[in-house]
Amino acid sequence: MTDATAVGMSADTRKSGRYLYIASVAFLCAWVIVPIYFLLINTLSSPEAVNSFPKSFVPEFDFSSLQFFAGFEGMLTALKNSVIVALMTMVMSIIIGAPAGYALSRFEFPGKGLFRLLILLTRAFPLPLLALPLAVMFIQTGLDDTAFGLALVHTTLAIPFAVLITFSLFSGIPIELEEAAWTLGCTRLTAFTKVVLPLILPGITASAIFAFVISWNEVFAAAVLTIENRTLTAFLLQNLDTSPLHLKFAGGFILVVPALIFIFAVRKYLFAMWGIANR
Amino acid sequence: MLLNARILPYVLILPVTLFLCLFFIYPFVLVSQQAFGSSEGGWSLDNFREVVDYWKFPISLKNTLLLAAAVVPIQLALALLMATMVSKMEKGRDMVLYIWTIPLGISDLAAGIIWLAIFEQSGFLNSMLNGMGVIDKPVNFLTYQNPWIVFVAIALAEIWRATAIMLVILVAGIGLIPKEYYEAADVFGASKWKQFTRITFPMLRPSLQTALVLRVILAFEIFAVVAALGGTLFPVLMGETYAYQFDLLNSGAAAAMALIILAISIGFTLIILRILRVPKGASI
Repeated sequence: MTDATAVGMSADTRKSGRYLYIASVAFLCAWVIVPIYFLLINTLSSPEAVNSFPKSFVPEFDFSSLQFFAGFEGMLTALKNSVIVALMTMVMSIIIGAPAGYALSRFEFPGKGLFRLLILLTRAFPLPLLALPLAVMFIQTGLDDTAFGLALVHTTLAIPFAVLITFSLFSGIPIELEEAAWTLGCTRLTAFTKVVLPLILPGITASAIFAFVISWNEVFAAAVLTIENRTLTAFLLQNLDTSPLHLKFAGGFILVVPALIFIFAVRKYLFAMWGIANR
Repeated sequence: MLLNARILPYVLILPVTLFLCLFFIYPFVLVSQQAFGSSEGGWSLDNFREVVDYWKFPISLKNTLLLAAAVVPIQLALALLMATMVSKMEKGRDMVLYIWTIPLGISDLAAGIIWLAIFEQSGFLNSMLNGMGVIDKPVNFLTYQNPWIVFVAIALAEIWRATAIMLVILVAGIGLIPKEYYEAADVFGASKWKQFTRITFPMLRPSLQTALVLRVILAFEIFAVVAALGGTLFPVLMGETYAYQFDLLNSGAAAAMALIILAISIGFTLIILRILRVPKGASI
């Protein structure tokens, strides 16, 4: 075999390898998107079309399924509850979690290892299970069936992420910047608010959004802890056996929409925060 | 100032510590008390005996473990494949990564509903099979006559939904491996496969650890996907816990189930940490 044919062959295999590579990337993108597209078709079709057979593979842009969803007894309240609980979770997890993230990134202190272990332990734990005893505790304190009570549990879920994400964000900002501010007459607090905070704000927003999504998506604790004030996930779960298909699909779609937007909003931070949080 | 710097970190971690004591450690103590308690007071294993002896327990344990055993390895392979694919992508990397991470934000309930749209009787799988002329009447896939199809539907929904979390962790981990290693490997003529097995895989151990622990724990918590797709056809541990709490109003038994799930999770976490342990001083 001459050199020329060997080179030609390797160029050929490289070319076919390239096609295989592009085809697999495209296939994996379709694998993610197509099921969501199917849900979209069902959502934007009339209830009759949703229950008919065979299905059309293009939506008919009929909003009666969504109207049915909005008109369904208790659904809009559930949607509102979901948003309230998620907002509370978002605020609490950042206010409570971010200072700890700052402490981990800036200070060496006795007990730091133990504290990190506590945080990691929380993450490596089937947390929704703790909703069971909390149900009893909440009845005693009057927190049962309230948005705030559920938000407390969701905050427990979101806090390890909030701490680890803010930890990695603060670690990305050189301490020299703060030290420079101190020499220029800033106190620790003003150096933080004037120098660090503006730099960190987009990242904090990203981790807040992450906390929102965690709460928005949580099913088990929400179903255990709410009875009258059900969140959207709990409401849908409770009515799975009885609700018609078009209601399920419209509800599922409403659950998916914020996810699409939020993951887009935080996409830049997703990888940075996991890279350091790993170690 | 010196005193300040000594006390300040503790002030900063105080809120989290208090919060976790109140809503993580305290409920954990409560759930243990409930599980080991009995109606006459004192300690007993009655609750555990009750749930383990129930006829549904072996089935739901088997289902949960089978599902984890089927889903997690596929997710790991898929996430590794996707992560290596994007690592050498030049154009469109951000777009592809965004699409692949979309399921990260989708709840298990929504994922169950999405795959219900495909597998239900008038769903898209039936419509496709009908369009290709394989069947002329819609088949009801999700019934007790087809336990394997129910299993496959749930497994697919899980693989679809939860591969993204592993992908994110692995992509972040690959980003931390110094490029020089690959350059050196190129100089010595190592193939791409050799580079993967000799550089990427060993250097990725800490990320693999995190990804697997997180994923396996979540796999034992599987609940809403099953509720949406299988209903009562496919009992799993978490679903039984929910049933004890609500349908049977037996919170002692529910607590015992919770502790069993917890014990399984911890057991598997330790196994993963052991298998993928990072030798001391061998980090990057």
